[in-house]
Parts: sequence; structure tokens; C-alpha cells
Amino acid sequence: MASIPILKEREKHIYRKGAEPFNLTCGHHSLAGVVSQRACVFCGSRVVLYPIADALHLIHGPVGCAAYTWDIRGALSSGPELHRLSFTTDLREKDVIFGGEKKLHRALVELIDTYQPRAAFVYSTCIVGIIGDDVAAVCRQVSREKAIPVLPVHSEGFKGTKKDGYKAACEALFKLVGQGPVDQISPWSINILGEFNIGGEAWIIKSYYEKMGVEVVATMTGDGRVDAIRRSHGAALNVVQCSGAMTTLADMMQARYGTPYIRVSYFGLEDTSKALYDVAAHFKDNPAIMARTQALVRGEISAIFPELQKIKAAVQGKRAAIYVGGAFKAFSLIKALRYLGMDVVLVGSQTGNDADYETLRDMCDDGTIILDDANPLELSKYIIEKRADLFIGGVKERPIAYKMGIGFCDHNHERKTPLAGYEGMLNFAREVYRSVNSPVWRFAPARAAAGKGASPC
Amino acid sequence: MLLRHTTTEIKDRTALTVNPAKTCQPIGAMYAALGIHGCMPHSHGSQGCYAYHRSALTRHYKEPVIAATSAFTEGASVFGGQANLMQAIDNIFSVYNPDVIAVHTTCLSETIGDDIPQIVNKAMAEGRVPAGKYVIHANTPSYAGSHITGFAGMTKAMVDYFAETASARTKTVNLIPGFVEPSDMAEIRRMAAEMGLETIMFPDTSGVLNGPMTGKYRMYPPGGVTVEALRRTGSSLGTVALGHLASGDAARALDVKCKVPCQILDLPIGLGATDRFVDTLHRMAGVNVPDSLTFERGQMVDIIADMHQYFYNKRVGLVGDPDQLLALTKFLVSLDMAPVYLVTGTSAGKKFEKHLRAAVAGVPHEVQIKVGGDMHLFHQWIKQAPVDLLIGNSYVKYIAHDEDIPYVRHGFPILDRVGHSYFPTVGYRGGMRLLEKILDALLDRKDRDATDITFELVM
Repeated sequence: MASIPILKEREKHIYRKGAEPFNLTCGHHSLAGVVSQRACVFCGSRVVLYPIADALHLIHGPVGCAAYTWDIRGALSSGPELHRLSFTTDLREKDVIFGGEKKLHRALVELIDTYQPRAAFVYSTCIVGIIGDDVAAVCRQVSREKAIPVLPVHSEGFKGTKKDGYKAACEALFKLVGQGPVDQISPWSINILGEFNIGGEAWIIKSYYEKMGVEVVATMTGDGRVDAIRRSHGAALNVVQCSGAMTTLADMMQARYGTPYIRVSYFGLEDTSKALYDVAAHFKDNPAIMARTQALVRGEISAIFPELQKIKAAVQGKRAAIYVGGAFKAFSLIKALRYLGMDVVLVGSQTGNDADYETLRDMCDDGTIILDDANPLELSKYIIEKRADLFIGGVKERPIAYKMGIGFCDHNHERKTPLAGYEGMLNFAREVYRSVNSPVWRFAPARAAAGKGASPC
Repeated sequence: MLLRHTTTEIKDRTALTVNPAKTCQPIGAMYAALGIHGCMPHSHGSQGCYAYHRSALTRHYKEPVIAATSAFTEGASVFGGQANLMQAIDNIFSVYNPDVIAVHTTCLSETIGDDIPQIVNKAMAEGRVPAGKYVIHANTPSYAGSHITGFAGMTKAMVDYFAETASARTKTVNLIPGFVEPSDMAEIRRMAAEMGLETIMFPDTSGVLNGPMTGKYRMYPPGGVTVEALRRTGSSLGTVALGHLASGDAARALDVKCKVPCQILDLPIGLGATDRFVDTLHRMAGVNVPDSLTFERGQMVDIIADMHQYFYNKRVGLVGDPDQLLALTKFLVSLDMAPVYLVTGTSAGKKFEKHLRAAVAGVPHEVQIKVGGDMHLFHQWIKQAPVDLLIGNSYVKYIAHDEDIPYVRHGFPILDRVGHSYFPTVGYRGGMRLLEKILDALLDRKDRDATDITFELVM
């Protein structure tokens, strides 16, 4: 494996901390023929908007784009479940030749009549961009006919990367913002942005803010509701997690409505506490909020501290590799893993930018490998070289880790327990412990041969 | 009630698919290509396509799934994808060093009109394809067919590109297994081996997508049909193709190209179809059916006899791909069960529908069939008159959950259980496993619903 060649163009996307001057290339479109782990514009838009549970999500395109995104991400809803169904115009050859606008119109009318959604999102796919359907015009027409917002999402797959999909989603969302009444909203109020309620995470975070005495106007988009988004411009502050996905919307709201925003992460004790304190500090005209926040943080941490210490003792010194979508998540993961006494030996992202990678470089220890838009061969090469015990990634990385005989933790679509907030940190620590110390790795041939298969547990 | 949004009233839908019972062609082509040893499937389209296909296959097989992409940008979509494919061929051979690159198209590259053979020829003329290495292709626009026809297309490409005509016939029999699990492919090969046959199976994903944990990540696991074997398919005694839709095209192409006669059969799911498969091998190769297979068959019949009272007249709803749906329906009818709702997402044609209707002609219930249907319609039928058992892929679990109906997972994709890639449902042994699964589902329900008084130990 160590002899696996690295493509010359790829060398600039790989950095070994301490060994070479820092000059990591990123933000590029992936090379043709490279087995990247990245996705497309449509994917970006779909993951951001899909948790809005009382909206209709219609995919204008061939069946695949709908089939592959049918309820794959456990974005939970406390009410309607309309978002968990899969609606598509299922474009066929004759639609490609004659255009799909009429079909789209019929599909929209039928769906809106049947389900009475609060709004509809229409996602454009590659093919729609090529055949030139005027999706915006159809949406305007149906919006007039049915008197609900029908919003085109310009998410043609080939028009960029997943990041461009986030932007297209934010642009669609922004059309809803500013449409609802704001007179009942507290001066100490926020919107939660970039939180998708995977495993119920948004509920945990919302409960913290409620205990602090801060009103949450809209959660975007986890357990999202159209009416809440329509009045979200009435909030005093936007609190943005997953900056890659939702900063565009925060910027737009700041420009039009003067809503300030802060960037936060709810992953790990340190970042969660900082997020809550930052919000409390923003409302300094109400010192009671800060007092309640201090009590909350104290209470939450002391509740989980004893078990965290036990887990820490069991995972201390283990080596972790991280490969995630956005770099911002990697920052939090590094901190959380360090809290558990683990070493981060590899860290990479699909969509990080220059500033992100500089931060990563500053955070990492000497010898840590930093990767932009990596492929499975590179990942496996460095996992072996660095003798990682745990891999944190998404669906495509999981079986790679398992084949190599190391633990895995999904920090992406497929996490089943909430990993956000304090109880999320405890869940994360348990998951890391469970996987890293699983007795199954003792049966992994390569590691057993290397004399490091027998993890104490 | 996840599907609380399913309305009971059925309206004719022409513009809309709700909860699809199929997916697009390229993923089928990718799955078939993974059944060639040392092959890199390549998606000629934008990056999302192959990311989705790899994720979907990974979720189903719980194995690393390798593929490359032309990574179309806006430029490629305007000026054509030739430059991308050229660069991809260069990069793939220099970094990942496969024996074969299997290119499939997407809706994007088909619509802009990229001519893959022309681009590949240019690449070969320019020396971009190293000696002894190959680039093959199948046209798989997502707006036509389904994952099954995509699989059929790439399987046919194996014949088109590799099969060689020979002056003398060997005693080898070609086996085309259809879009089935790696475990099914291994079982089909095992049965032929029991009969003492030399076979070439293509594609063959056993050992590729159900491999062992070795402590190493291997881009090209040991399984898969080799290029050398694919060449020899042209000199084989005959071809047995399983599944008309998934395997028929390749079998006929081999007949036309190399004059290898073919028998196109149902998938060997259930007693009758397995008998026909065994009998076809027996007649084609002139070999006897060994006692070992007769023994397995007898065991399967024994299970059915032991438990036949539990199958009788049970109403079953099935969603599946055409070849599976037809074979399963015939199997259930032979068990005296009543398949009453049959949906496949693939538009498999009038002839297929006729066969399906013939299979349920004797079922003493009103039977609903929709070829080119979706799960929404299937659910609406169930709301109108319920069934005792559901069989289908993981998406059927929503309906099973909402309507509280016993459910057996079968088909593609299965995203929430393991076993399908290791244990077959074809052949006599696979049939026994299916019987076990069906009985477990029915009898577990009987136990669950029993009162203390009616709860029984012996069943």
C-alpha cells in the first residue's frame, strides 16, 4: 500500500504538518478520473432543504436523483412527515426531447391539491439545465394558481460543487424569509441555522436556548416549518452552525434585515459551551440570560463528566483519522477527540477553503496529514502509515475503515444518535469507545500480524 | 405513521412518480461492471451521479465500492465531455491501474450527445490506453429504462467488447446470472459445479461485494470474471441466461456475435424455476443431475410439505424488479399463496405483463398488477384491501410499519439488514431460505397476536 502512487496534481492537495512549507490547494473542481468522495450541486441543495417537513419537495428530473435522496438522512420531524416521501417528475426520453415544463406543472398542481403543503421546493437536476425548462416560470405560475410559495432551486448537478448547492438552497430559503408576522417575537431571540435535526440534535440545542430564556424563532432547517422561516427575520440574531451550508443565508439576512450572525459549533463540550456563552453575551442587556447559561453549562457538564472520564481512560492515546464534508466540523472533532485524550493523525475535508486549512494546520500536531478532496487510496495509505485506530467519516468511508480492521464513527448522514450538545458529546464518546475497543478488531488479520490487534478492553 | 400522507383514493397520475420502485440505469451498469475482475466503473457525467451510486451500493452491500467520474462542469456540459473522459482515462490508468475501465453514460452526457466509442478510439489512437488494458462502454441515460436495463446494457457490453468467435466449441457453459446478489451468483455457479460443469459466469460480483475482512483495503478484490474468460465465452457450448430483462440482451448478443446458442430462463427462485434451470443445464451439457442436487430439492419439498398449511391462501403484496417479481410470483402461487398486488417500477413491456398475468390466472382473488408503477400506488391498494405478507426492498418497510403487516426483505436495495449478500435466495438452498423467511414472518406474527389462551408452543 505504501507504494501507491499519488497523482501529481493531487500532491498539492496533501500536506504533512511540519515537514514542508504550507501550500495546500483546495476549492478546485475534482479532477476527472479521480475517485473523489464528493457529490454535486443537487446533493448540496437537497440536504439543506429537505428537513423542512411541511413543504413539498419535488425533484424535477430522472428517477435516480429522487430515488437516491429518498429519506437517506434521518432529519427528524415532530409533526408532518411530508419531507420523507419521494416525489419526482421521473423525466423520460420524450420529456427530454419535448421539454418537461407541462409535466412539471401537472405534477405540482396534483401534489399541492393532494397534500396542501405550506410551500413547495422544485429542484432542478442536470438534465433540466440542459434541456432548458423554464422552471422559475412554471413555479411562478403555480404559485399564482395555488397561492403558496413555489420556489425553484437552481441545483443542476454539473453547475459546481456541493457548496454551490448550499448557496442555491439558501437563495430559495431567502425568498420565504420576511413573509411572516414578527410582532410577537421577543427581543432576546435567535434563529438556529445549519442544524438539520439528525437524530434529534436540533431539539437538544433548542432546549438549551429555551432554558437560557432565549426564544428560537426558526430552526433552519431541522424539524423546519415554512411559517417559522417566513418570520425568521424577526429574530435578533442568527446563530450559524455548519458554516459552509448556511452562511450565505446569514449574509443575505444581514444585508437585507440587519440581522447579525455568529458562527458556532455544537460539537464537543468546549464548542457547545462557547456557542451558548456567545449567544448569552450577545444579549448583554439581559444579564439573567448569562446567569442562566452559566447554570445550564455547569449542570449539563457535571451530569456527564463522570462517565466521560471513564471513557477517556479507556480510549486515551488511540489515534484517529477524520474525513468529513465541511472543515468546520473537523475543527470541533479535533477538539473533542483531544478532550478524550486521542491523537488526530489525519484530517481531511471535501469542501474546505484556504482559511479552513490554515486553521487546521495551526490546530494539528506535527506529522498530521491534512487532505483536501481525498480518494480512498490516499485515505487507506495514510491510515496504514499513521496506524489509525478510528476513522470518522461518512457512508462511503465506513466499509473502508472496517475492511482495514479499525473502528468507525459516522459523523454524517447516518449517525443514529444525536452527537450535538452535552448529551451528544457523551453519545460520541460512547460510540468511539464502543468501536475502537470492539473485540472484533482482534480478529483483523493485518493488525493482529502487526502485533497491535489486541486492544485492551 | 410515516406514510400518513398516502391517500386511499387512487387517482390516475401521468406526470408524477411518488416513492419510486426503481432507480436509474447507471447504478445497474456500475453494479455489473464491478463483476469484472480488476474493473474500474466510470460514470461519464457530473460528480453527484457516481457519489449517489457508490453510496447506494455501499449501503446495500456494506462494502467499499469503487468508481470514477468524468466530473462534468458547466464547460463540459456546453462543449462536450471528450476532454474530461480523455483526462479520466489517463488518470485512472496511471493511478488506479485497472485492467478495464467500464464507462457508462448519464442523462447529462447522453443529452449533450457525447459519442463514447469515438472518444475511446481517439484515446486509443493517442496511446492513452496501455497495452493489455481495455475501455468498454454502455449507454445508460437515466431518462430511459431503470437500474435493471442499465445492468443489462453493461452485461451486453461485456459480450460486445470481449467475446471471441472460435472454430471449435469447448464444453464450457456461460451463465448470465442477472441483477442478483453476489451470494446468488455464487450459488448458481455452485449448482453448475455440482453437475460437473465448466462455467463462465458474467458478471460475477461474488468475492467482490461480499468479501472477507482481510485487514486491507483492496481496490480490486479477488472476485469477478476475467477478461480472458470473457473472451472464451464466444467458444462456449451454450449460454444459460437467468432473467429475461437483465440477462436476455447479453445472451442474444452472444448468439448473434459468436453463434453460441442460448436459453433464457426465469431467475431460479422457487422450486419450478430451479428445476427448469437444472434441467436446462442437464440437457445443454448432457450431464446427469447429481444426487446431491436431488437431495437438496427433496429437502426443499419437505419443508413445503411440513408447513403447507401456513402458506395456504395467504394474500401477498410484492414490489420487485421484473425478473425477481415474475419468479417470486410463480413460486408463491406454487405454495398455494395468493400474490394479489404486484408492482415493478421498471417499464418491462407488454409481454412481461402478460407473463405476470398468466402466473396469477388461477389465484382466487382480484389481482392488481402495475408494470411501471410506484410504491405509492402499491400502498393505496393495500389501504383498500389489506394483505397478510409484504415482500420487497427496504422501502417497503414504511408500508409494513404503517399498516402493521409481516414483511420479508427481498430485492434491491436492502439498506437496513445484512445477510442478502452472503446467503442466496436462488436454487433449492436459496428457496429453503426464502421459505424460512416467509414462515418466520407469518408465524412470528401469529405468536405476537396470540392471546395467552391461543399461544402455541408447537407449530
